[in-house]
Amino acid sequence: MSDMHASSTASAAGQKLQFWMKEDHHPANGTLLGFWIYLMSDCLIFACLFATYGVLGRSYAGGPSGADLFELPLVAINTTMLLLSSITYGFAVLEMQKNQKGTMMAWLIITGLFGAAFLGIELYEFAHLIHEGAGPQRSAFLSSFFTLVGTHGLHVTFGIIWLVTLLFQVGKHGLTPANKRRIMCLSMFWHFLDVVWIGVFTFVYLMGVLQ
Amino acid sequence: MNTPDLVKLIFGRLSLEAIPYHEPILIATFAMVAIGGIAVLTLITRAKLWGYLWSEWFTSIDHKKIGIMYMVLGIVMLLRGFADALMMRAQQAIAFNGNPGFLPPHHYDQIFTAHGVIMIFFVAMPLVTGLMNYVVPLQIGARDVAFPFLNNFSFWMTVSGAMLVMASLFVGEFARTGWLAYPPLSGLVQSPDVGVDYYIWALQVAGVGTTLSGINLIATIVKMRAPGMTMMKMPVFTWTSLCTNVLIVAAFPVLTAVLVLLSLDRYIGTNFFTNDFGGNPMMYVNLIWIWGHPEVYILILPLFGAFSEIVPTYSRKRLFGYASMVYATVVITVLSYLVWLHHFFTMGSGASVNSFFGITTMIISIPTGAKIFNWLFTMYRGRIKFDVPMLWTVGFMVTFVIGGMTGVMLAVPPADFLLHNSLFLIAHFHNVIIGGVVFGVFAAINYWFPKAFGYRLDPFWGKCSFWFWFVGFYVAFMPLYVLGFMGVTRRMNHFEDPSLQIWFQIAAVGAGLIALGIGSFLMQLFVSWKRRDALRDVTGDPWGGRTLEWSTSSPPPVYNFAFTPVVHDLDAWSQMKDHHAERRTEGYLPIHMPSNTGAGIIIAGFAFVLGFAMIWHMFLVAGLAFVGLLVTAIGHTFNYKRDYYIPADVVERTETARTEELAAHV
Repeated sequence: MSDMHASSTASAAGQKLQFWMKEDHHPANGTLLGFWIYLMSDCLIFACLFATYGVLGRSYAGGPSGADLFELPLVAINTTMLLLSSITYGFAVLEMQKNQKGTMMAWLIITGLFGAAFLGIELYEFAHLIHEGAGPQRSAFLSSFFTLVGTHGLHVTFGIIWLVTLLFQVGKHGLTPANKRRIMCLSMFWHFLDVVWIGVFTFVYLMGVLQ
Repeated sequence: MNTPDLVKLIFGRLSLEAIPYHEPILIATFAMVAIGGIAVLTLITRAKLWGYLWSEWFTSIDHKKIGIMYMVLGIVMLLRGFADALMMRAQQAIAFNGNPGFLPPHHYDQIFTAHGVIMIFFVAMPLVTGLMNYVVPLQIGARDVAFPFLNNFSFWMTVSGAMLVMASLFVGEFARTGWLAYPPLSGLVQSPDVGVDYYIWALQVAGVGTTLSGINLIATIVKMRAPGMTMMKMPVFTWTSLCTNVLIVAAFPVLTAVLVLLSLDRYIGTNFFTNDFGGNPMMYVNLIWIWGHPEVYILILPLFGAFSEIVPTYSRKRLFGYASMVYATVVITVLSYLVWLHHFFTMGSGASVNSFFGITTMIISIPTGAKIFNWLFTMYRGRIKFDVPMLWTVGFMVTFVIGGMTGVMLAVPPADFLLHNSLFLIAHFHNVIIGGVVFGVFAAINYWFPKAFGYRLDPFWGKCSFWFWFVGFYVAFMPLYVLGFMGVTRRMNHFEDPSLQIWFQIAAVGAGLIALGIGSFLMQLFVSWKRRDALRDVTGDPWGGRTLEWSTSSPPPVYNFAFTPVVHDLDAWSQMKDHHAERRTEGYLPIHMPSNTGAGIIIAGFAFVLGFAMIWHMFLVAGLAFVGLLVTAIGHTFNYKRDYYIPADVVERTETARTEELAAHV
């Protein structure tokens, strides 16, 4: 009763205006929004690396070009690994929504294995290129190639570290709201890396081989 | 492994040679810093304050305390950055007629680089971020920011960056490249020593903090506004903060990326910005200015917001043209990305490209001009009270318009070909940064200080500070416009033409006046603290403010608002006062708050070690620091108990005390 009187008063039009809330105010959870904004900032880092590749991608300095170096079958397998990992992550989220902790964790583990396979193939490719004398120091083209692809690989590495951490946390605490939120954030991160890889695959490898 | 290898692995290229004991100026500075530092540490230890500082400040996730710590960092670094300025002015005033001055070129080049880097990254940025951190949650009726832990972490990353710059003074040296470190000068061939690496790591570490705090404040403003506060009912300061943080999130990643590329050139020998193997230094210049131009709007926009709060308050009127103010801010936000090339018109982009960027640059003056007119019309027929914040504001309006007009001159490409890299440019950007950002920060400090500390700042010393700064600015920088017209270029260590000397001597006098301005400000802080009982603000609303931060006590309780305010109109607090709304004094509920954590300062500490170790090629230490950083960060995610409740009776006690105080001071 006095709540109304204490916090409101007659306005000019005669109706009562409430100036303070009686109950608790719960702002909507901003974590997903914040994480989205983070992803967009990360996206800008990739944008800079793509732009750098766009400018320097044909500065071979007398060295090998993309057409000389890239082996599309290997990259196709690699791309498949990453795309499959995205699908399996999607399955994990579906299981999470059904509160199936065990199957969810199984799908996460499969996702991590696909991610690790992707990284393994990428490292093999890098080692192979460096062995052939086409290391990042050879030309501006190779500097920008290694940096763009390597930055993506570094992101996948951190994604896997995060994924393993999450497995422990879900194992310990179960599918609590906090853990579900984290799974959703990693999901966005993982799919984001997938999208970036589509760009890398198209602009670096496919168009590189065409030149 | 034999011993020399092990030593190299641990110490990299760090050796006793790195201590500049042959430079008397640095040794004297070091002695002063060391004595001052030891004195402060002793005092803290004597007063047994470490526990208090750790638990109440360093680990605090309260946005108000973090805001204050940002301000302290900014003011401390201002003293360092200004000391550099004084040395440059003194050097240029005497280095004529064969007199080499007191700073050899090797040292002088470090000073102008450090001056720029410190003033932008470790003075202006912390001051602006501190203001936004303190004020925004209060203005939108929130109890904290969206990610309180991240906020603490961001602050300590900024501190770690600042500490790296400070370390370069006494261990090794700083970059000699100018504040943007253009390659190929900043490349390995031209700058093989640690200077540029200090530059890179200081900015990278601090940049992480800045980006995260940008994300944090966007999420806060978008998600946590009080019920009823639609976007077009947000206070203008909150609006400009939103736009600023959008700029931060959209610009700082570019800086991160370009500095990574430069580090790769320096550390593993890639060829992004080198002169051979296909490298292209212009890539760097473009990318760094794609960050750099929005950066200047990151600095000024929040202060446009502060002026928009100050002018209506001291004119006793609503802000004139709220909607146009908001649109002008948004237009500036967008346009700030379309002008970066005006920083290098002379570098051969061709007439069409230069015309495009010249025109976009000139267009920015339209929304900015609209803002100036809005403030003027707000003052028109207002009952203006010339308190200290208002003095700074009027000083800003006069000075900033002059700086803006010289900016439009520089935006004309043919004129820029004459003025590029001259002291005219130096005068121009100091004109807008001092006249805009610095005056704005002092206006804002004087305006919001009573909210943060519960007592007003002493007006006498505030006015002294204003007049010394104001006059000092004109005396220091008008001669530089003249010199720039005469063709004198920036970053010169000594001069041959004796007829120029008088202008540099006048400028040095101006720098001295500004020193008095800074001294008066410190005096103002001290005197106000001594007289805090006389200057006490018990109402929480010392100026007759209009926005929600003035509806709570000064200083506000931890939870900011016992009851979340409901907003019906612009200037919510003004409307509450018009309606004689009484405070709610019963029905308190327990308040959900985030708990303090030391994770932020520990992770940032590892980041400092990581940066320092990378600078000196101490790769073993760097690896360990990185592992430490990662383990602490992951360990922190295992902490699920991050919040607590303030019991209802504690809230009730706090609020009842305020009710009694208000009643006693009607």
